Amino acid sequence: MTTAPLDKSATLNGTRLSHTAVFWIGFCAVIAVLIVAPLVLPEFWRRFLTEILIWGLLAMSSDLLIGYTGMISFGHSAFFGLGMYGAAGALLLVSPPNLWLAILAGLAGAAGAALFVAFFSIRLRDIYFAITTLIFSQIFYVMIFTWTAVTGGENGLIFTRPHLSIPFLYDARFSSTTLHWFVLAVVAGSYLILRRVTRSPFGMVLQSIRENEPRTRAIGYAVERYKMVSVMLSGLFAGLAGVLYAIQNEFAAPDFVYFLTSGDTVMYNVIGGIGTLVGPIVGAGFFQLARQLLAQLFGDQFPYLIPLGMLFIVMIIFLPQGILGFARRWLNR
Amino acid sequence: MDALGQFLHAVPFDLIIIQTVNGIVTGMILALIASGLTLIFGIMDVVNFAHGELFMLGAYIGFVVFVTTGSFWLALIGASLIVAILGAAIQVVALRPLIGRDPLNTILATFGISLVLQNYALWQFGPVVRKIPEPISAEFTLFYLQYPWYRILIAVLSAGIIGGFWLFLKFGKFGVWIRATAQDRVMAQAMGIPVPLVYTGVFAIGAAMAAASGVLFAPMVGVNHTMGLDWVLKAFIVVVVGGMGNFGGSIAAAIFISLLEAYASIWVDPSQAVIVSFVVLILTLLFRPTGLFVASPR
Repeated sequence: MTTAPLDKSATLNGTRLSHTAVFWIGFCAVIAVLIVAPLVLPEFWRRFLTEILIWGLLAMSSDLLIGYTGMISFGHSAFFGLGMYGAAGALLLVSPPNLWLAILAGLAGAAGAALFVAFFSIRLRDIYFAITTLIFSQIFYVMIFTWTAVTGGENGLIFTRPHLSIPFLYDARFSSTTLHWFVLAVVAGSYLILRRVTRSPFGMVLQSIRENEPRTRAIGYAVERYKMVSVMLSGLFAGLAGVLYAIQNEFAAPDFVYFLTSGDTVMYNVIGGIGTLVGPIVGAGFFQLARQLLAQLFGDQFPYLIPLGMLFIVMIIFLPQGILGFARRWLNR
Repeated sequence: MDALGQFLHAVPFDLIIIQTVNGIVTGMILALIASGLTLIFGIMDVVNFAHGELFMLGAYIGFVVFVTTGSFWLALIGASLIVAILGAAIQVVALRPLIGRDPLNTILATFGISLVLQNYALWQFGPVVRKIPEPISAEFTLFYLQYPWYRILIAVLSAGIIGGFWLFLKFGKFGVWIRATAQDRVMAQAMGIPVPLVYTGVFAIGAAMAAASGVLFAPMVGVNHTMGLDWVLKAFIVVVVGGMGNFGGSIAAAIFISLLEAYASIWVDPSQAVIVSFVVLILTLLFRPTGLFVASPR
């Protein structure tokens, strides 16, 4: 990571750490906590934490579109679901089931879906984009739901978890702890890649599309191509999240291709903080924790989306930067 | 010639006529929903994600009013009024603060509203399908079917509501305000038109139209809490195919798409017939992104 030439935190007294150092220290601390966490948490919360990380990855992938390119996708369930079904297909067809093959197949599925969606939807802006991504994700949902012979229809696909294998080095069954570490490694790696991407010249062009699309085009950037790549990239990471979820839960179900998954993803983003990459993970954690808490307080049947939906509306009106943006502003004060 | 004869023989003409009637009936309901959606979009620049939920809520409230009073027509009017008030409240509380902000914010807000409404309905009424009986039970013979007159009545009533609304837009005082605001908001305000009131009113009218179509539709299939999403998706497709914010276009598109879906379901499963409307949407986006039913593409 390059140090910004005009680093604001490098003040006169010189004792303060640079921005980059602060970032890496914070990053390592969080990762360290997440590495230790499964060793101290009971089984239920261990699974829960792993799941939050996976939802966080999904949310982060859609943040690339919402927060950086300025396009709201209501179709991330398609990429997530295709990742799930791709992994499921590879695990069911190839024996012995191979983890890396599953990941590759899931990514290929998500990439295919993303290519299809991107090709049509990038012609449109704002609301039109949101609506078309939603409709396209429903196309995938209908296909998966009705093509029973291949996808198992409403019942989905059930398979066994592959071994965690690194060729010639390591080969063992996943325990819930190693699964957590594996997911953590993938999510942390994805975060670093996405952070690098958003800070690269490419990422700058995406942000300039968000700020002023006609001007970006006038400068000479092929806006459509950039949008296409950003949708594809976002779809790939969403597919990766789908693969991880499939591996964790040992099934692929059409429910996850349904619109509600995309809706949740958007909520994670808004609650956590759009355009921050970390924010969506925080949002996913907050959302899932609140849901769990409400279920424990009022029973499983409690419609947790009513209070969370209201909170969501309130946040859009009063706190559009989300939890993280709010915290940042509060800390800087 | 022989192949053509065989082909003609294979086409079930009786089914096609039945499906034409079915398609026009669902098309009119869809047109009623979509015209509310396109009205709200055209005037307020708000894509109302919660429109399907207003439709669903209208059906539920219609059901409740029907159970208490026993009159279908009271249910129709009562549901429309109550949902109109609800719509006005939603607009004032959640959408008015967002005027002048990035339009994406309003999508997100209406999405949140739809979540809340849908889960409220699930919580209040449970996952059981509720049904309002048809107000008239007379039937007529269509080939081998006993076709209910009620379905024809739906189409006529929907056309009546849309027509009445069109007249209101054209000649009513408030209608003129609405059109003026759609044309030039700042100028309309300068001329003394209470623009915030117009916005609230437009949202209420759109909501009432959705609710009315919900009540009209309820006797055909039944009411459940997930019906909103299916219909709002269809309405979105209609609105995009018809040209966003184009009133006549969306009505034509609603009937066009419903007819296509009805014909498609002669040969494939109805749940797969939805794909046809998706294909229409894709083709529209590819070749006429401004909408199929726009008079002159700009």
